[in-house]
Amino acid sequence: MLKVEGFDTYYGQSQALRNVSLTVAPGEVLCLLGRNGAGKTTTLKSIMGLVPPKRGRMSLGGVDLTGLPAHRIPKHGIGYVPQGRRLFAEHTVRENLEIGLMARGTGREAMERALGYFPALRERMGQRAGTLSGGEQSMLAMARALCLEPTIMILDEPTEGLMPSMIATIRDVVIRLRADDVGVLLVEQRIDAVLPVADRIAFMDHGEIKAELGIAEVRADTSILRTYLGVG
Amino acid sequence: MGFGPYLLLATLEGLVQAAVLSITAAGLSLVFGVMRVVNVAHGEFVMLGAVIAWFTASLLTGHPAMGFAAALLVSPLLVGAVAFASERVVLRRLDYNPEATIVATIGLLYILQQTVLLVYGPDARPVDPPFYYTIRFPWFGYSAYKLFVIGAAIVIMGGIWFVLQKTRAGLVMRAAQYDRETAQAFGIPVDRVSAWVFALGAMLAAIAGVLVVPIQQAHYLMGADPLLLSFIVVIIGGLGSMSGTVLAAVLVGLSDGIISMMFSPTLAKMVSTLLVALVLVFRPNGLLGKAAR
Repeated sequence: MLKVEGFDTYYGQSQALRNVSLTVAPGEVLCLLGRNGAGKTTTLKSIMGLVPPKRGRMSLGGVDLTGLPAHRIPKHGIGYVPQGRRLFAEHTVRENLEIGLMARGTGREAMERALGYFPALRERMGQRAGTLSGGEQSMLAMARALCLEPTIMILDEPTEGLMPSMIATIRDVVIRLRADDVGVLLVEQRIDAVLPVADRIAFMDHGEIKAELGIAEVRADTSILRTYLGVG
Repeated sequence: MGFGPYLLLATLEGLVQAAVLSITAAGLSLVFGVMRVVNVAHGEFVMLGAVIAWFTASLLTGHPAMGFAAALLVSPLLVGAVAFASERVVLRRLDYNPEATIVATIGLLYILQQTVLLVYGPDARPVDPPFYYTIRFPWFGYSAYKLFVIGAAIVIMGGIWFVLQKTRAGLVMRAAQYDRETAQAFGIPVDRVSAWVFALGAMLAAIAGVLVVPIQQAHYLMGADPLLLSFIVVIIGGLGSMSGTVLAAVLVGLSDGIISMMFSPTLAKMVSTLLVALVLVFRPNGLLGKAAR
């Protein structure tokens, strides 16, 4: 289980996260929802060590990861799909996947399993990532993270800018990951992308988690969405 | 000697210049590409390489090839170690801040230069080439060693290409160059990669220093020209672009060699600087450079 306790994160003097705590259990999908600038991406970056928190603790499966440098976080089995995909555009598809393998020293079988989620990428292995379509880039970003055989997947707006058929593919992969006992921490702005896959939803605003509810509670009372997101 | 043979001679001199320049500039380009650090001390690594080559060759008696071969091994290793230590002690602590690292590498330039002046003295000293052989053309004789330098540069640049494109270390370096943050999120210790890249860049400069010292002599002020020309090459080729660096080195080396011989070295430098200005105006990212993330 991924356990984050009391993250306070700053950009210079400006506090971006205030006492953020959350847990993600194996086979569970936790969604972070919130308006632009609510602190969702910063939460993910703090977990990845890319914007280290000033205060707070983090553990995965009982192993304390607090204060680890960013490059050592993925070795513990946390896969990351950054906002905007952030592929190595000059590298080929195969090279992007190899970087995923390097993260944790996983073997070629891991790449095969990752490609099992996105068979369309097999035909593109020698192509530069920057020349792929938006949908293919999303698939590659997820496959790259899956190459490290994560126990926790962190997805930052994976459906951003995608057409509906591709959104459905990403959603199916999230459902499959959950079935494979992988915990998923998903950041989204679109509530419709979240409702079919989430087990719990945490609502963020001004760098704080304002509420955390089970999916049944959210479905039963859509006024919650209006309160925290201004929609519904 | 007629114009044709004179042009051939000038072209050969230009190619030698391009060969040494491509190795020197490759180091500078690599460091900038991965670390975004403008290393003003890069020319001093060339100088240090040449000076260490002189010390190494002086210590070994016997055939000059022995001293040269030893210098080719010892010099890059020592210069690489100095660069590695500089990176750990200075650049890393500055968090690779672009402005601060420029000032810091200017400081490093003076430390290296003045240390060499203290230890080695102000004299220019030659190192014997590994072999003396002259290739006889119908119009003039040409040093086989200079052709060896061109061949060595081709092999070294091929080696750099191979490492960058075909090895795991190269994949890591290119990933760190393209997007440092994402590279870290995939387990790449960008910080450590930077230290090795800085050392590697300095080692390339040192190799260039060793190759050039039988032609040019080792002197404590010899770092200025390679630095200026490397900056010109890297800017024309495109910051961080290795293929652009090679292309620009050939262009600048040839123009510098030919114009220096046919007109004057001052005019050659003026043309190179004009080229930089034109590239900055019409292709700000260089001939083959791309905007970084």
